[in-house]
Amino acid sequence: MNANQFATYMTDKIGPLPYCPGCGHATIIKALDKALVKLQPDPTKVVIVTDIGCIGLSDRYFITSAFHGLHGRSITYACGLKLARPDLTVITLMGDGACGIGGTHLLNVARRNIGITLIIANNFNYGMTGGQHSVTTPTDGITSTTPWGNPEAPMDLCGTAVAAGAAWVYRATTFDKNLPDVMADAISQDGFAMVEIWELCTAYYMPRNKLGKKELFDLLDSYGFKVGLQADRPRPEYSVRYRQAYEAGKSVLKKKPPIEKKFDNTVRKQTGIIIAGSAGQKIRSSATLFAEGAIFAGLNTTQKDDYPITVQTGHSVAEIIVSPETIEYTGIDSPDYFVLISEDGLKRTRAKIQKLPETCTLYADETLELPETKARVVRLPLEEVGKKVGKLSVATAALAALLEESGIFPAEAFNEAIRSFQSPKIAETNIKAVEAGIELVSKSSTVG
Amino acid sequence: MLEDYTMGYEFIEGNEAIARGAMQAKCDFFASYPITPASSILHYMNEFVPEAGGLVIQGEDEIASMGFCIGAAMAGRKVLTSTSGPGISLYSENIGLAIMGETPIVIVNVQRQGPATGSATKGAEGDIQFTRWVTSGGLPIIALSPATVGEAYELTYLAFNFAEQYRTPVFILTNKELGVTKESADLESIKLPPLVERKRVPSDLADYLPHFFECPEDVPAIADFGGGYVARYTTSTHDKAAYLTTNPNVIQEMIDHYIAKIEGAIDDITLVKKDFQPGAEILVISYGIISRSAAVAIREARSKGRKISSLVLQTLWPVPEKAIKSAMAGVKKVVVPEMNMGQYLVEIRRLAPPDVEVVGVSKMNTMLVSPQEILEQGGLL
Repeated sequence: MNANQFATYMTDKIGPLPYCPGCGHATIIKALDKALVKLQPDPTKVVIVTDIGCIGLSDRYFITSAFHGLHGRSITYACGLKLARPDLTVITLMGDGACGIGGTHLLNVARRNIGITLIIANNFNYGMTGGQHSVTTPTDGITSTTPWGNPEAPMDLCGTAVAAGAAWVYRATTFDKNLPDVMADAISQDGFAMVEIWELCTAYYMPRNKLGKKELFDLLDSYGFKVGLQADRPRPEYSVRYRQAYEAGKSVLKKKPPIEKKFDNTVRKQTGIIIAGSAGQKIRSSATLFAEGAIFAGLNTTQKDDYPITVQTGHSVAEIIVSPETIEYTGIDSPDYFVLISEDGLKRTRAKIQKLPETCTLYADETLELPETKARVVRLPLEEVGKKVGKLSVATAALAALLEESGIFPAEAFNEAIRSFQSPKIAETNIKAVEAGIELVSKSSTVG
Repeated sequence: MLEDYTMGYEFIEGNEAIARGAMQAKCDFFASYPITPASSILHYMNEFVPEAGGLVIQGEDEIASMGFCIGAAMAGRKVLTSTSGPGISLYSENIGLAIMGETPIVIVNVQRQGPATGSATKGAEGDIQFTRWVTSGGLPIIALSPATVGEAYELTYLAFNFAEQYRTPVFILTNKELGVTKESADLESIKLPPLVERKRVPSDLADYLPHFFECPEDVPAIADFGGGYVARYTTSTHDKAAYLTTNPNVIQEMIDHYIAKIEGAIDDITLVKKDFQPGAEILVISYGIISRSAAVAIREARSKGRKISSLVLQTLWPVPEKAIKSAMAGVKKVVVPEMNMGQYLVEIRRLAPPDVEVVGVSKMNTMLVSPQEILEQGGLL
């Protein structure tokens, strides 16, 4: 060993390790120190991540960087550090208690293959809080919370990690002479590596269950567990895989063109427009293009939508406001225009339609049976339009009819939005729908 | 990679404006778990961040997402996460950790009707006090509340500056009504201040103390994990070196520091919009999307000859007490409209002189508080 090398990665600055006499944790910490001495990393490039539990008292005894977080969450901080800085060596020390409260993180780090090293100190119970049972307490094991024997079956941590897809998994005990080498191997893996270490809690589990070295190995045998490598199947580490996937599938981010005023309008006050139909009828996207058309006509506009969480089923309602002034309140308490194109839309908005004021114009498909309303009703033969331009363009046609009939802004502004923001093929269909909508007005019938 | 995330006049929702504001602030790490009505922020960030060389990851749950964010932030990334009320519940313990470790992080809460699952697709602002008292210990955080798509963009950018400058979690409090409502907006026209980066320790320091301060209100310089120093971070009560301590004097000194660095900067953090009328007897104090209903109500009342002043709060936490107190001077009545059952009303009542009547216009039924309701229930007519 030359003078530039570290003879230890531990410091005695804050005193000796705080563990009970004979506790396996001290063996694990010293083995980790030897593993680091073997690998000789720059201490500022190593982070030891711990959480709550006796093993979590250890990070401050190292001369490396240290991150001591919430109970059971050390894997998440370790992943954050590693994702942010893939060049760091990130080693997480966790107890069997943390595997209970944070079990989902164990499954997911294994599955994702984020390149941290996870060392689990498994002593079959919670030492720090007084010897309660954990997810690895053997069946019939006596703990402070299972005084008559544990009725639960223990979790196989290695088996769980292997099943979750971990790239590298090793089962060890504190009695293994090769523990430093095993840890050094784990740390040297590019992807996720886990070492589960069986050990004795001399304060609680060992005296209560007469669990000594021999009984520990008997316990392993009784489960049919072997000490040694459980999985060694390297695959690209998460950050590498993430970049590869992104590079292979990326689309170049392009800015949409800004919307500039090109047309005039006749809107003199804040005007509320509601369009109601069925999910799958392109209500929301047609409404957005309509609103963008309004911006091309120099208006301010807002849009909010109401639709069920499912797709292609049930209602879809869009509320659009257009105004020559800044729009403050975005609710529509009294709509000026209402477009109703399907039964689903009617069902959802029936109460609103019944309350429409005389000043409102309701454009409704001619087949719908409308409730009583004070609104002026314009009936549109939308089924016919659907046959002509496709049922996905009915909403666009109905909104074009509204523009033609009301004259609030020119349909050409609607077309401008369609041309600007839709692919040429879809735009062509929708511009035909706008034409059909304009023609509809001459075929419409007005009531009231 | 885009140099700039604005493009003149466009039609975008609040959630997208938040994502753009974050990108403008050079956010390069984002983790969150899908939840309505915040999910589209995850989608937008997925579109923007990897393209700019950063990383977006969807955690297995909200707890993991916050854990990833805290780790990444301490390794030098500029970090954003977004969720809604139920997710904030799961963030709670980690928010405490972020306060304890003095972690710069921006957290967006696109609020929805609660409690519990409530109405996932409906708006409310029931998390106002929850944001302030979100974690064990009750130490201060910063929270900003945008009213428009433009402000969602601007305040998110400013939230990054505050997070970096004060090493603290900063919340953006919005709700479904702003998050997923599209508006015509020109983000390009919004002038942003220069970007603030966290103060990093010089490279030649003999002994790095992660929480070093001379005066309690000082913000400690950071050495990022992996940045050349041995860095330390801990959830436990600790000293300036981030070593666990049980010394009551040291613990109190640290607690005083966490409070002082936020409260000492209150003038810098205070963002309010004033529209005062000389001789006004009524003052409306509002925030977020409801300040827009208030604006319509005030315009209407003024058109009928009433004299009414308006104070719109963009900073909710820490409470901009000076601005609120000075706005209340001389008025007889203060009206506080909210999309909750009177949460900020508590703060206004606390600050109001005894002879000033404070009235809430409160509702939480998923609907916006309307201008008419403010006019009628606030007695503005």
